[in-house]
Order: sequence, then C-alpha cells, then structure tokens
Amino acid sequence: MNNEKVQNIDSNTACVNESTQQHPAWYNLKYAAVGIIFGIVFVKAEIISWFRIQEMFRLQSFHMFGVIGTAVVVGAISVFLIKKLDIKTIHGEKIKIADKEFNKGQIYGGLLFGFGWALTGACPGPLFAHIGAGFYAVLVVILSAVAGTWTYGYFRDKLPH
Amino acid sequence: MEQIQQPWPWYVAGILIGLIVPALLILGNKTFGISSNLRHICAACIPAGIPFFKYDWKKEVWNFFFVGGIFGGAFIANAFLMTGAPIEVSPALQSELAGYGLSDYSYMLPKELFSFESLLTVRGFIIMVVGGFLVGFGTRYAGGCTSGHAIMGLSNLQWPSLVATISFMAGGFFMANIILPWILSL
Repeated sequence: MNNEKVQNIDSNTACVNESTQQHPAWYNLKYAAVGIIFGIVFVKAEIISWFRIQEMFRLQSFHMFGVIGTAVVVGAISVFLIKKLDIKTIHGEKIKIADKEFNKGQIYGGLLFGFGWALTGACPGPLFAHIGAGFYAVLVVILSAVAGTWTYGYFRDKLPH
Repeated sequence: MEQIQQPWPWYVAGILIGLIVPALLILGNKTFGISSNLRHICAACIPAGIPFFKYDWKKEVWNFFFVGGIFGGAFIANAFLMTGAPIEVSPALQSELAGYGLSDYSYMLPKELFSFESLLTVRGFIIMVVGGFLVGFGTRYAGGCTSGHAIMGLSNLQWPSLVATISFMAGGFFMANIILPWILSL
C-alpha cells in the first residue's frame, strides 16, 4: 500500500476533533467532570473487572453484553436526536461527527485488540481506571500499550490496510 | 447509600455510558474515544519523527482531561463507594480458574496474575506485557477501541465500526476460550 493511501486513512485512525473553536485551557475541566462520572461507573459496575470480561467471552454472564448493548442504544438515540433536532454545542457550534471509513485494519487490528482485551481483561479506559483505584501494577500494562501504539505507528506504512 | 455501595446493574451503567456520547458532543463537539490517548501520549512524549505521531496533540488535550477524570472517578468510587466485599464471579469461571491456582477475588483483577512479582512468571508476563502491547497495537491498527468503535461508532451507525466490533469480539472469544487456558496453565 502506498504512503498516500495510508495518509488518507489518517482521519480514520486519528481521533478527529471537529471543534474549530478556541477556548481557555480550564474549559477542559468539563471533560474531566464527564470522565469522573465514567470512572465511577467503571468501578461500580465492575466493568474494569478481569473476571467480568472473562465471563463475557465465555458467555457465562450477561452483564457486559447488557452494559455495552444499553450504551449503544442510548448513544444511538442521542445521536439520532442531535441530528434530527440539529442540536448545537453549548458554545453554539454545529455538531459534526466524522464518518468512519473502512480499511482492513479494522479486521486485523480488531482481532489483535480482541486478543489483548481477553488477556488483560481491559480495554484502554479501564486500564486508566485501575490506576485511579490504586492498583499500580497495571501501569506496566499501560506502558506496554503505549509501546504497542508506538510500534504500530512505526510500522504503519508496511502493514496491510 | 447502601444501593450505591452495591455493584451497579448493567442497565444503570449502560445508560450512563451511553449518555457520555451526547455529553461530549454537546460540551464541545468531541467524539467519544479513549484509545486515542495512547497515540497522544506517543505524540507528546516519543514522536521520534514518525509521521503518525506528527500532529498537534495539544489540540486533543481535552482527552487527557477526560482520562484524568476517569482516574479521579475510579479513585472516588474505590475510596468511598465500595463495601469491600469480594467480587462475585460465576461458579463455572471460579472452578475453571481454581484449576490454574487462581482464587483471590478480593480485587477486580486476580492479584496472582496482576502484580509486579507476577511479571517474572511466564503467564504473568504474557498477560500483562504481551496483552498490553496487543491492546495498544490493535486499537490503533483498528482505529479505535470499545469506546470509539463499539459505542461511538455503532451509535453513529458506522458499518466499519460494526466490522471492528465483531473483530474485537471474535478475537476475544478465541483468546479467552482457546489460547488463554493454555497460557494460564504455564
């Protein structure tokens, strides 16, 4: 695959920030507030539990399927309403959500992430929550995940997409 | 208070997590996605001239605040909102894990696998280091993780996100049922 095509899918693998507005840095605290709620839910609903993830992949519990399924339904209704009612941000900006473009990375990378998810019992969010909950050995897992991301960036042009 | 201290049911968690999608959009046009932070860490700390890490990561600093909130929320929940009771696990999984010498249910991870000492064991190293590496490599290769693809992408009816989510699940099922039992027996 040539370099140009890889650059073109960059918007797909990047986190696309649609806002063009400039704000003071402390405005970011509103995202911290949302994160706090997320962190509490992670712990209280045991989403960060390795055991819950093992149960999910062994079909021994409905819990995680229920969590993810409900989140998707609530998220989809929300996105539908935002588009339908043309809801603006609190700063009056039009809400835009970038489309995801398909590339084979979603299959290969998806499978590899699935392996890691079942091994560590955690996707990236819960990894950070474990540190907040005081389980510092997970720092090793996070550092390794950063190394994995870096390695992907290094070999990106050579990987099938 | 007692209700808060008990583990929360899936529908409460699912609704709250689903509401993060519109919350981030309405607060500032941000799309939900956690694994991007791993890329931003690379871009901020060790870009090493790699094109994939040459971008204005400061524009994405909101996501670090979001993750900082996750730290804080997890701290609050762990410090003030727990009963301290051991985590309840399905009997089938308990008996399987007992076969690998895993029986510590005092924390949400089996402490026998996730500790600094465990890094020196073969299975501990594979689970923590290789597992972490696959999480970081795989999420970026796939262009997102459970939040970016399974929740945000599916909420926006993106079929590539459905492909990614199915791949996550297929990989997880394969690892948990076929490979992991062998790793745990090492």
